Amino acid sequence: MTDDVPAELPASIDATLALLDAGGYVADRALATVLHLSLRMGRPLFLEGEAGVGKTEIAKVLATTLGRDLIRLQCYEGLDISAAVYEWNYAAQMVEIRVAEASGDTDHATLSRSIFDERFLIKRPVLKALEPSLKGPPVFLIDELDRADEAFEAFLLEVLSDNQVTIPELGTIRAAEPPIVILTTNRTREIHDALKRRCLYHWVDYPDAERELAIVRRKVPGAADRLTAEIVAFVQRLRASEDLFKQPGVAETLDWATALTELNELALDPDMASDTLGVLLKYQDDIERVRGSRLRQIVEDIRKEGARDLGQRPAGGA
Amino acid sequence: MTTAAPATTDAERRGRMVENIVHFARTLRRAGLPAGPATVVDAVRAVEVNGIESRDDLYWTLHALFVQKREHRVLFDEAFRIYWQSRGLIEKMLAILSPVAPPRGAPEKAKAGQTRVSQAFQAARERRETLAEQPEVEVDARFTVSGRELLQAKDFAQMTAAEIAEAKAALRAMRIPKDLILHRRRVAAPRGQIDPRRTLRASLRAGGAIIDLKHRARQEKLPPIVALCDISGSMSQYSRILLHFLHGMTETRRDVHTFLFGTRLTNVTRSLRMKDPDEALEACSAGVADWSGGTRIATALHLFNRHWSRRVLSGGPTVLLITDGLERETDEDLAREMDRLHRSCRRLIWLNPLLRFDGFEPKARGIRAMLPHVDEFRAVHSLEAVTDLVKALSGTGNTDAKVDPRAWLGGR
Repeated sequence: MTDDVPAELPASIDATLALLDAGGYVADRALATVLHLSLRMGRPLFLEGEAGVGKTEIAKVLATTLGRDLIRLQCYEGLDISAAVYEWNYAAQMVEIRVAEASGDTDHATLSRSIFDERFLIKRPVLKALEPSLKGPPVFLIDELDRADEAFEAFLLEVLSDNQVTIPELGTIRAAEPPIVILTTNRTREIHDALKRRCLYHWVDYPDAERELAIVRRKVPGAADRLTAEIVAFVQRLRASEDLFKQPGVAETLDWATALTELNELALDPDMASDTLGVLLKYQDDIERVRGSRLRQIVEDIRKEGARDLGQRPAGGA
Repeated sequence: MTTAAPATTDAERRGRMVENIVHFARTLRRAGLPAGPATVVDAVRAVEVNGIESRDDLYWTLHALFVQKREHRVLFDEAFRIYWQSRGLIEKMLAILSPVAPPRGAPEKAKAGQTRVSQAFQAARERRETLAEQPEVEVDARFTVSGRELLQAKDFAQMTAAEIAEAKAALRAMRIPKDLILHRRRVAAPRGQIDPRRTLRASLRAGGAIIDLKHRARQEKLPPIVALCDISGSMSQYSRILLHFLHGMTETRRDVHTFLFGTRLTNVTRSLRMKDPDEALEACSAGVADWSGGTRIATALHLFNRHWSRRVLSGGPTVLLITDGLERETDEDLAREMDRLHRSCRRLIWLNPLLRFDGFEPKARGIRAMLPHVDEFRAVHSLEAVTDLVKALSGTGNTDAKVDPRAWLGGR
C-alpha cells in the first residue's frame, strides 16, 4: 500500500477481517461484521467496552491499512467548541483591524467580512475531519466520549448525522464525503440515546483464549511459547473465576508478557508472577486477593490442564 | 335513573352544568392539575359553544382545556371516568350532584393516579396522618425478614394523597443546595479569564476602535447524587416515601441516579425521570421483582460496585445509602464492599429509619460492619429528618456531632 493511493473499502466481512489482520489486529467476526457495515453504510461506529480491550486500536489500524489520515479527538470534561471544532486567530485579526484603521478603511461591514475570513480560522479536529483530503475521507476517532460532558455530546449530533458544523461567521461547512467515524467509550457515564441512535453499536468484549493467544503471539513475538500460553490461560482464568474489581484487559496481558519476557522468564513462575502482578492488576484489593497461595493454585491448575495441549507443542517441553 | 330527568328550565340546566364543571375543575385541581378559574370560565364557554352531543364531545372539549401536559392525561382520564361516568351526560349530570360517585362494575386493578383522584374527591375528610404515627417496625425486624424471596411486584401506585402531599412538602422545603462544584467548561462571566472570542466580536461592533474586554470563568454545577435504596420488607414503607423525594430530586437536578435493592439490584433512574410521580413509581415497581422481599446488602453493594460504580460515580457524587442495615448474613464482604463504595464517592451518607428510636444502639452485626465506612449516619423516618438531610446536602448546618458514625461506634 503506497502512501498516496487510499485502499478500497473492504467489499465483504472476510475482506474486513483480512484488512484488520493485515494491520496486526486480531478481530473476531462480530467486530468485522459491524465494522464492514459501518464502512458500507457510512454510519459512525460506536464502540463500548472495558478499558484495554483494543477499541482505540481499531481506529488506528483502520487508518493505516486504508491509507487514510487519522484525526483524533480526545475527549475530556469541559471540552468545548473552540478546542474541538475551530477557533479564530485573534492576534492576527487584531493586526488586521489595526491595518484597516491605518489605511483609513473603517467600513464596518467590509471589516467584519475580512476579519472573519478563512485565513484567520484555526481548524480543530472536528473541522479537519470534514475537510476533503487527497487520501480520501479520514478516519475520525472520537476517543473516550464518556469523559466529555453532555453539552458536547449534544453538539456532536449535528456532526454525526449531517456531517456538518455551523460557524456563525462563515456559515455551514459540510463534508463532501463523510469521514469514517469511530467513537469509543469506557462507560464511566451513559451516553444519550439520541447519539447512540445515529451510530452502529458494538460491545467490544475480552477476547477468548484462542484469540488472546494469537494477539500476544503477534504483539510480543519475543515471548517464549510456553510463557505466552500460560499467561493467556492465567488471565483467562482470572477473568472467568476470580471476582476482581478491575479485570485485566488485553493491554495488561501484553504488558505482562513483555515484562516477564524482559525478565527472561520462559514459563510462568509463581514467585515471579506474584512480584510482577502489578503489571496485570491495578487495584490493591485485587492484587491481595490473587497473590500468594491463590496464584500458586491457579498456576498449578493451568499446568495440569495445559499439559495435554502444551505437550504437543515442541517448545513446550514440560 | 333511566327515566328522563324532570323538566327543568334552560337557565336551571345551565346553572347545573356550570356547577358541575366548577366541581370537576376543583377535583382536578386537588388531584394536582393546574385548573385555574380562567380555565374554568373557558371550559364553560367551550361546552356551550361546542354543544354536548356525546360523551366523547364532552371528554375532548374538557380535555382541550384542562390538559396542558402529557402526564396530566392519566389524571384527567381517571377523573373524567369517575365524575362523568354515565351516559346521557347532561341529564345524568343534573342527577349526580354529589361529587362522590362510586366507580361502576367490578373493582379493577387500580391505575396510576386513581388513588390520587379518588382521594381528591374526598378531600373534605381531614387526614392528618404523619409518618411518625405509622405502625413502627420493631428493632428485631431482621427476624421478620422471610427467608424466601418474595417475587411479587407490589402495587406502588396506591400511595395516599396525604402521603404525597407530605412528600411534596418536603420537596418544597428543599432549596437549591449550595454544594456547587466547579466545572471545567467556561462561560461568560463579569470577571475572570479574558474571553478573546467575545472581546473581538464586541470591539467589531464599534468598528474595531474600542476594545472592551470580556471575561469568562469556570461554570458551576451541581455534583451528582446517587441513591441506593433498600426495598426489603422491613424498609418498604420508608422506601415508598423516599422514592417520592428522589423523584422530586430527579426532576430538579441533572445528575441523580437511583437504584433499588432487595435480593437483587435494579436501576430505576429512567423510570424516575417520568414526570408524573404516580406513573414514575408504577414504572419503578414494574421493574422490580423483589419488592418487600428479603435483603442481601453485601450482594447488592457488590453488584453496584462491580457493574455501576464506574458508570455513575464519576464527577464526585454524594451517595445516599437508604437501609436499616439489618443484614441476614454478615461477613467481612459487607465491610469490604462498603469500604469500596466509600472510597469511590465524595460523601457517603447512610440514612437509617431505625435511628428514630431514642434508645437505638448499633448492635446488629451488619450495622456495626457498615458504620465505620460512612461519613454521616442520619435518620429518615419523618419529614423533619428529611428536611435535615436536605439542609445537610445544601452544606448548611452539617457539623452536628449526632450524625458522626464514630459517635455511635465509640459508645460501645
